[in-house]
Amino acid sequence: SQLRAAKVGAPIAGESLTPYGHVIGHNNFYEFGLGKEDPKAKAQGLNTDPWKVEISGEVAKPGTYTLEDLLKPHALEERVYRLRCVEAWSMVIPWIGFSLADLIKRFEPTGNAKYVEFTTLHDPSQMPGQRSFFSTLDWPYVEGLRMDEAMHPLTILAVGVYGDALPPQNGAPLRLVVPWKYGFKSIKSIVRIRFTEQMPEVTWNQTAPREYGFYANVNPEVDHPRWSQATERRLPSSLFSPNIIDTRKFNGYADQVAHLYSGMDLRKWF
Amino acid sequence: MVLSIAEIHRSKGGRRAFWWLLFLLPLLPLVWIVHKAVSQDLGADPAQTIVTFLGLWTLRYLLITLSVTPCRRLFGWLWMQRYRRMYGLYTLFYASLHLLAFATFILGWRPELIARELSERPYIIVGFIAWSGLVALGITSTRGWVKRLGRHWQQLHYLVYPISILAMIHFAWLIRAGYGQVMFYALILLVLLGYRVGYRVKRRQRVLQQH
Repeated sequence: SQLRAAKVGAPIAGESLTPYGHVIGHNNFYEFGLGKEDPKAKAQGLNTDPWKVEISGEVAKPGTYTLEDLLKPHALEERVYRLRCVEAWSMVIPWIGFSLADLIKRFEPTGNAKYVEFTTLHDPSQMPGQRSFFSTLDWPYVEGLRMDEAMHPLTILAVGVYGDALPPQNGAPLRLVVPWKYGFKSIKSIVRIRFTEQMPEVTWNQTAPREYGFYANVNPEVDHPRWSQATERRLPSSLFSPNIIDTRKFNGYADQVAHLYSGMDLRKWF
Repeated sequence: MVLSIAEIHRSKGGRRAFWWLLFLLPLLPLVWIVHKAVSQDLGADPAQTIVTFLGLWTLRYLLITLSVTPCRRLFGWLWMQRYRRMYGLYTLFYASLHLLAFATFILGWRPELIARELSERPYIIVGFIAWSGLVALGITSTRGWVKRLGRHWQQLHYLVYPISILAMIHFAWLIRAGYGQVMFYALILLVLLGYRVGYRVKRRQRVLQQH
């Protein structure tokens, strides 16, 4: 319904879409296992209806809202974005969603709201990865943005992909998409959006602070301590042409977002 | 079993047949992954899948090679000794394919990337050192080299212990989250190396008692 009415998005010139099968079959969603194929195999039972999202913290209108109430006022549109994983592979994906800024304005953040914190569903009965004894991540998964990043027109909340509702492995029913940051910032299956004055404690940064910063902007000049971020494999890569391309600063969105970080040392604030 | 493996080895034909069996068996993973690659059935990221797969099989063959001596001593499986070199060479073979696949499919043989990976990435450096060690062991695995090196041959081939530890570090440093798989293999290695330490300690005690 709302999905079908979504305005079609502009393609990225010279970059073709990653085929649907790969977009929904090659995922990092550690709540469902560590392998790239685990989320597709193990997430299909995820119950996304009914779904509630808690809005809390520094806002004038906190509360718990059903997904329907959350989506109702927003016109959906398609956005074709690059997705650059911190593991140095990338895709081009046609998301369907709406501007996060529009949603944030509805709840009227107070002057103290400097950051937005997002939380993924925590339900070990549905998410086998949350039961794993060997996992080094603390659940629930938490991510966050600075307020100006959250309000940026490129930042969206997605509910669909390729013209359809999000499959569970892609973060159904509601996920964040921040195209100039490494993929792990684009948190999936959101159940809470909290406005804070302090920088949120986000999962990967808490797990390995030397390896994953709060900002996690795509940056070929700042390597992951264990591998280079200078290049990426655009998927699907084929063996005889591995499709290795140079990674671009802010994932190719520097014109739109570089000003957010003017004066910041991006080596320090990686 | 009707016929034990030791009995099979009593006849020349049996020995030959068993040799071929154990020679061809370790090629199955390679056949399988090539088949998957040719039929484009490796998912969105075949490069990563192949490199990881070959690395894992390298580790498995290394552990198999290292289990020959404990199995021989503990269970009296003398026949295993005949295949130790073969499985050592298969370890080198899969390690070389693993490295080759990494250079080809992940780095695309781009000189600046290769230079950086080999100078800056600890896990790549550690893996590369382990591979270099395996090459040295592989080259000196022939009868000619065994004779030429004499008692130094054994000393040189003790290098397999540090190599196995480096290989495990190489593996562990790659992990982003979830250490279950690494723990599993590390535990096996620990048992295999621990057995040798224990064996040596016991032998020394025996020697001391005799004096």
